[in-house]
Amino acid sequence: MAAVSGARTATPAPAAAVRRPARPSAAAVLLRFCRRKPLGAVGGFIMLVIVFTAIFANVLQTQDPIATNAADTLARPSAAHWLGTDHLGRDIYSRILHGARVSLLVGLGSTAVASLLGGVIGLLSGYVGGKTDLVVQRIMDILQGLPLLVLALVMSAALGPSIPNVILAISIPIMPRAARVIRASVLSIREFQYVEAARALGVRHLRIAFRHILPNTIGPFIVLATAQLGSAILVEATLSFLGLGVPEPYPSWGRMLSVSAAEYAQKAPWLVLFPGIAISLAVFGSNLLGDALRDTLDPRLRGA
Amino acid sequence: MKTYLAQRLGIAALTLFGMSVVIFVLLRIAPGDIVDILFSTGGYVNPSERAAIEKELGLDKPIWLQYVDWLRNIATGDLGKSYRYDLPAWEIIKPLFPVTLELAILSMIVAVVLGVPTGVISAVRQDTTLDYILRVLSLAGLAMPSFWLGMVIILALVAWIGWIPPMTYVPARENFKLHFIQFALPALAVGYRSSALIMRITRSALLEVMREDYIRTARAKGQGERTVIWRHALKNAILPVVTVIGIEFAFLIGGLIVTETVFNLPGVARFLVQAIAWRDYPIVQTLVMFTAAIVIFSNLAVDMLYGVLDPRVRYGGG
Repeated sequence: MAAVSGARTATPAPAAAVRRPARPSAAAVLLRFCRRKPLGAVGGFIMLVIVFTAIFANVLQTQDPIATNAADTLARPSAAHWLGTDHLGRDIYSRILHGARVSLLVGLGSTAVASLLGGVIGLLSGYVGGKTDLVVQRIMDILQGLPLLVLALVMSAALGPSIPNVILAISIPIMPRAARVIRASVLSIREFQYVEAARALGVRHLRIAFRHILPNTIGPFIVLATAQLGSAILVEATLSFLGLGVPEPYPSWGRMLSVSAAEYAQKAPWLVLFPGIAISLAVFGSNLLGDALRDTLDPRLRGA
Repeated sequence: MKTYLAQRLGIAALTLFGMSVVIFVLLRIAPGDIVDILFSTGGYVNPSERAAIEKELGLDKPIWLQYVDWLRNIATGDLGKSYRYDLPAWEIIKPLFPVTLELAILSMIVAVVLGVPTGVISAVRQDTTLDYILRVLSLAGLAMPSFWLGMVIILALVAWIGWIPPMTYVPARENFKLHFIQFALPALAVGYRSSALIMRITRSALLEVMREDYIRTARAKGQGERTVIWRHALKNAILPVVTVIGIEFAFLIGGLIVTETVFNLPGVARFLVQAIAWRDYPIVQTLVMFTAAIVIFSNLAVDMLYGVLDPRVRYGGG
């Protein structure tokens, strides 16, 4: 962060005198990332596969994911049903493909809402400081005083089951984490000379906050967002498992594991195994990627 | 120290107060209340009967008045009455506590016993294959939902030994062995997840400490690697580990909610889910406030413990 702002405040030397090192191509950056962070690359690959399945679920499916079939319930994995069928005869493989959509949508959606809300709150709270900051921080304390799942549970029960509501129910408990991280980095950036210079030039506060400070918090911001993606996916699965998350007819990995699956688990273990593997892979992938991005973009947070 | 404690307690009280507002309002904006649910089974709603029940439960009063009533009751130790069971909330919750506490403690033991040694090994063997394997295993623990892990454990038991513990709660007095197995399995599922966090923190804290000069001095004195790690390094690395253990203990409730459901254990966490489904406000409010209090006070306890564990930490400038 310091290096970035330092570069910006330096008086620009005559262009000819400075020979800038060539910006490494995107491919080179990617290759270096893969070599330095093999686990992160694995995580990135897993996430790519999941994004791919989510986008092309319609093409990859072998059956209609919500069509029931009374003649073919609890079928073993076979050529017709690659991962078997559930108690209503629905094809597990196709349901898992479509479940990727729901998981990613809720995961990315709630991470995005949480980061945006938290980011703006953290930015303003950190920039304004004083009493406002104190009050905002106490409110964040309140929201963070409950385990993520408990607050999400109460919120989703209060809002009622629908995809936008689940996204909101997950993002509000995550939001304070975003606000904290952004506030902390705003507090240090605020003191840099280029901000002082902008202020001396008479730039308006909002403009300083959003144009001069915000872009420099992008590192911690990305790190934070990827780190929260895994927990968001996990909480969605848990809420849906408890029947408070994504409603029918959307196939959700969590709901595929819910009470009805538990009932038939001994007769048809594939009902339990495959959706759980899907959840674990998605969370595993985003955690690996998040860790690697954190180490690369923001080494100060290592091990946090 | 005393002023610091007073300050912290003040903030804690303020946070709890704010939490009570948040929870209260959230539960009131929820669509449908207990009266709807009670009547939905009957199919027919008699408006005057409905009004009578609402009046009896105090649901006809304006929200702010309901809130003031609730606060006043809490202050006098009355936690309200369960709508569904027509019993004082505390009486219903009290017998459920030991179940959840037992499960939480067992899970924490599993987490610490798994997490700390693997963290140490991983740090000592940094960047070896063993380190990678342990790290991937711990990341896997973070990735697997504990309720799913619980289901898989049950399935594995069925597949391997054709037996699972009874799915109805067995009190310890009746059959200790069965009781223990009943609790050990969910504790494994929950503990594995928490152990992952503890392992990561132990590893990174130890790696940091191992770079310090005094470790080099200890080695130069000719002390064995084992002594250096367990006596010198771990002692200083333990601080962040204690924090995580403290925070995790309070946050275990999240994992317990689902595992108690999967293993059908009559604990507080499972009951919370049921109470939410029933819109049994007094129960939900009480349980959520309890959770909040536990989280806040275990954070406080961890901070206080700092001063004991690390004499360099002093509070309030004293």
